[in-house]
Amino acid sequence: MMSHSKLAEIFNKDEAKVNWHDKALWYVREKRDTAAHHVKGWEYLRDLASGIKANVLSNLDNYLVEFEKNAQSNGIEVHWASNAEEHNKIVYKILTQNNATKVVKSKSMLTEECHLNPYLESKGIEVIDTDLGERIVQLAKEPPSHIVLPAIHKTKEEIDVLFQEHLGTKPSNGDPQYLTNEARKHLRDKFLNADVALTGVNFAIAETGGFVVCTNEGNADMGVHLSKVHIACMGIEKIIPREEHLGVFLRLLARSATGQPITTYSSHFNKPAPGNAIHIVIVDNGRTEQLSREDFRSSLSCIRCGACMNTCPIYRRSGGFSYNATIPGPIGSILSPGMDMKKHSSLPFASTLCGSCSNVCPVKINIHEQLYKWRQIITKEQKQPLIKKTILKITGMVLGRPKLYAVLGISVRWMLKYAPRFMVYSKLNAWGKSREFPKVENGNFDQWYKNRKNNG
Amino acid sequence: MKVGLFIPCYINQLYPKVGIATLELLEKLGVEVYYPTGQTCCGQPLGNSGYEEDAKGACQIFVENFKEYDYIVGPSGSCIHHIKEHFDILEQTEAVKNVRKNSYELCEFIVNILGKTNLGASFPYKVGLHKSCHGLRGLKLGSCSERMDDYYSTEEELLKEVKGIELMSLTRKDECCGFGGTFSVFEEAISVKMGKDRIQDHLDNGVEVITGADHSCLMHLDGLINRNNQPLRVMHIAEILNSCI
Repeated sequence: MMSHSKLAEIFNKDEAKVNWHDKALWYVREKRDTAAHHVKGWEYLRDLASGIKANVLSNLDNYLVEFEKNAQSNGIEVHWASNAEEHNKIVYKILTQNNATKVVKSKSMLTEECHLNPYLESKGIEVIDTDLGERIVQLAKEPPSHIVLPAIHKTKEEIDVLFQEHLGTKPSNGDPQYLTNEARKHLRDKFLNADVALTGVNFAIAETGGFVVCTNEGNADMGVHLSKVHIACMGIEKIIPREEHLGVFLRLLARSATGQPITTYSSHFNKPAPGNAIHIVIVDNGRTEQLSREDFRSSLSCIRCGACMNTCPIYRRSGGFSYNATIPGPIGSILSPGMDMKKHSSLPFASTLCGSCSNVCPVKINIHEQLYKWRQIITKEQKQPLIKKTILKITGMVLGRPKLYAVLGISVRWMLKYAPRFMVYSKLNAWGKSREFPKVENGNFDQWYKNRKNNG
Repeated sequence: MKVGLFIPCYINQLYPKVGIATLELLEKLGVEVYYPTGQTCCGQPLGNSGYEEDAKGACQIFVENFKEYDYIVGPSGSCIHHIKEHFDILEQTEAVKNVRKNSYELCEFIVNILGKTNLGASFPYKVGLHKSCHGLRGLKLGSCSERMDDYYSTEEELLKEVKGIELMSLTRKDECCGFGGTFSVFEEAISVKMGKDRIQDHLDNGVEVITGADHSCLMHLDGLINRNNQPLRVMHIAEILNSCI
């Protein structure tokens, strides 16, 4: 498997595309800043959200049971899945019980995590992603590259070509209006013929047993209102204690995600319409284990706004696919090693620890500090490149011995000054590929200080 | 007030002039400065690479060198941040706790402890300030663009008082330069791209000299500027504050 750095290097071969990707996401980051500036007490709101989520994670067992009880008394069927496989089986079972072969799905990162689409397709079920961005990547047979903006890696011209191939559209030079209208017509037909609507869950309210799904396109409502059966899939961490807490989270979510004051649709589902059914599948899939890791527990507070991706200077310049994980970017880099440390061992190193992610996070997850902590664990538990390991171990040894350090300091400076250029700037020297070394001066600070003292 | 001067490893070896400017500046301000010999490194390169256990020796030496001082001052926000945040791997003796508590980045020491901003410097150039991440978001040397706090900047307070200086405003006020310690070699492609973008921002805004409170970021930017022969130079903020041009 390729490391983040390798995939990032490949992405960077097309610098114009990198610039375009960086600017598109920076635009969203700036929209977020403007929106947050318009909320008095934004930082207080973040504190509040962080506190509520901490309370949820400390009392998750009770809240989940409370949620289940209240949902059931509203006539919602509740299912529990300990992992992705169970989740997929439960969904399929509900589909077969309803003789369903056509499913429309609004955005759900959980079903991406569980690889639900390929599972259902292998059983002969048609699954259509109805979020426009999701539909685009589905047609392109790609995973989403961003959790809120799934097709952000694609230009409108690329989407034009994709639609010509799959939806039979006319070449339009990437006309967004035309392409969106064509997608709408295509999806309208899918909505009308669907047997079951599948959605994610943004917030599940323990107090009421209801849940809220946020979309900008209204595709969750459209699917749900046209189908007899609604299946909603959620991770165990999606719980909030009370309905009034929505006032905190809905204000933070859309502003953090896209700079909107609120998502266009915040759909509340409390009980099935007469003759219809609602199923909720509550999934663990590694979350309890993450909850048990004290240093990483708060990563489960994430409300999936994607702000950490938009602000991350590395994500913007390496693209979502460079992370090779369902959730890319900074938050993904602290969640993914908990799911599969070997596969994702390069991700916590894909950061300068600049801390911008922690600053934008609406629930104040200390993302960059958790990246640092994962690094300490990964170097112990995962095999490291021999050169890297050897160099760092020796460095540690030298830095613990001032006399040896002094001698080596002089040697390195001598080498930088007198060694021939082809030796210093060899292939092995990653620093020197695109950068010069500093011009070495005569003497180091120690020597200067000693001379000054000797000269009185 | 007894101040121990901490000169980070790379400044000692590669940028002695930054160390000299720091010492001269503090002395000019009437501070009694001591330079403990036998300094190595704060251990950050190891910690950030996931080998903080191997940095314990370096951390211990640091504490031994500096435990006697009222203040420990160094011209590098990143190293000071590492001491404050990550010396938690040592047993928390009184000495360790004091060293962590009393370590200051140069600018914050001058502004917040000495209470001075006008240092009598003059520097007639167009200057762009690179707000290094660990100083900004770690030590809180200034407000960050992500947060909705009132605006402040410790470095700008000092630079504003420099005679003749023209502080240029940047398009992206506090984006990371991509140095990141060993990140600069293990994620070479992104590191270089981030650095190039930062430099372009300074060029687009008419900057002649990039300055900052962390010379490691400046070393990375300087490496790119020199390779690409760009009309810019870098100077540590101590060098500017110690200038009389």
